[in-house]
Amino acid sequence: MIKIINLYKSFDNIPVLQGINLEIYNGETITIMGGSGQGKTVLLKNIVGLLKPDKGKIFVDDVDITSAEKKVLLNVQKKFGYLFQSSALFDSMTVFENIAFGLRNYNLSEKEIEYRVKLYLSYVGLEGIENKYPSELSGGMKKRVALARAVAYNPQYILYDEPTTGLDPQTAETITDLIINLQKKLNVTSVVVTHDLKAALKVSQRIAFLSNGKIVTILTPQEVLSSDYPLVKEFVSAAIIKNI
Amino acid sequence: MKKIFVGLGRYFIFIYETLVSLLIPPFEKQIFIYEIYKIGVKSLPVCMMTSFAVGMVLALQTGMASMSVLNEPAYIGTVVTFSLIKELGPMLTSVVLVGRVAAAITAEIGSMRVTEQIDAMYTLGTDPIKYLVVPRVVAFTFVLPILTMISNIIGITGGGIISYLRFDIPSTIYIRDCLDYLYLDDFFHGLIKSIIFGIIVSTIACYKGFYTEGGAEGVGRATTSCVVTSIVCLLMGDYFLSSLLIALGIG
Repeated sequence: MIKIINLYKSFDNIPVLQGINLEIYNGETITIMGGSGQGKTVLLKNIVGLLKPDKGKIFVDDVDITSAEKKVLLNVQKKFGYLFQSSALFDSMTVFENIAFGLRNYNLSEKEIEYRVKLYLSYVGLEGIENKYPSELSGGMKKRVALARAVAYNPQYILYDEPTTGLDPQTAETITDLIINLQKKLNVTSVVVTHDLKAALKVSQRIAFLSNGKIVTILTPQEVLSSDYPLVKEFVSAAIIKNI
Repeated sequence: MKKIFVGLGRYFIFIYETLVSLLIPPFEKQIFIYEIYKIGVKSLPVCMMTSFAVGMVLALQTGMASMSVLNEPAYIGTVVTFSLIKELGPMLTSVVLVGRVAAAITAEIGSMRVTEQIDAMYTLGTDPIKYLVVPRVVAFTFVLPILTMISNIIGITGGGIISYLRFDIPSTIYIRDCLDYLYLDDFFHGLIKSIIFGIIVSTIACYKGFYTEGGAEGVGRATTSCVVTSIVCLLMGDYFLSSLLIALGIG
């Protein structure tokens, strides 16, 4: 379980997160939605320990990562898979080496690593591209390889940072379906950050809305569609217009 | 002023974390060996060329100066050898590597920073200081003294060629001049300098890359900063290091 208590984060005295309180339950998929620049990615990076908050606490399975020493934090970070918005594939390594990278921390044999790489590439529908470099892949393929890399070592938590942004609608749909399928296969806890309401409604059990540095409301997908909350209505209207 | 102190503090913390990561196993042997090849083997030709040219011009200038003062080309071997082994060898080899290797290290690590590849390493359970920084610092520090020694030999050879061609000094006389007055202390003086220069340049290069901000422009800024900072530190540090070593009786 992840518990975020009264989280504050600012950059160069500009406040971004201003008192976030959120509990993320084991096994659920929760989406965090908000406009651009509202701090969604900053929140995600705080959860995984890539950023340190100015104030507040984050507990991952009862471990306070905001005050943990480096060794403890690295061990907690191993519980997470993170899909970066830009994919963040290691461009000097092949697809195989990218996916194997995280697996090499687990004392697995080369045969086992090879098996897992091929297995997770098949999950994302990219069999046979092990020897390609990231520069040879399309945007959608990079995203899928990054997804395979994030889940290959069976993490407890998967964080998705704008998984469908920048992709054509067909590929975005493929990524959304992959998130759902992986959720079922691996039974993980997922936190998705997006401003794609259609994807959010499809994958989530709960949707949290971020505005002015705070979580203003948390709703189920059904509640979102009938909500009178102004921010939620804005998202719904925008999604309807986009899909016309 | 505050920015300078913050930067210095962050640099020393970075060095501390690098040292701690070095002492905790495992050590990335494969990356270390690859970096030795990249830094050492590939830099050898340019280091040798530079040193050869410096040896030649040192011999020429020393010969001409001693001709005008003493009416004969005296002590060319001595001056060339001492200058290279104690000073120019470590300094010039370091400067060549700053331009050829350190800038590339900063650009490589900086590009990884701005494209979130370093963040990705943390999320995959790998300490990027251990994976990226330690092998490069150790390889650079290991290779620089070796490159310096090879460059010194090539430079002294270049000096010998000019001594013979320009001033008709036989090789036996030149070699005797090189070895007379040369003690082990002088050799260690240059060796210690090249090791410390290696640590300074490699840590600056990795630090600048690790803390790059601001996309492609930021990578460019970091690379330039790496070169400028390294060269300034080398030049200023050289005087203090030389003074310290002389005070300790080493050369």
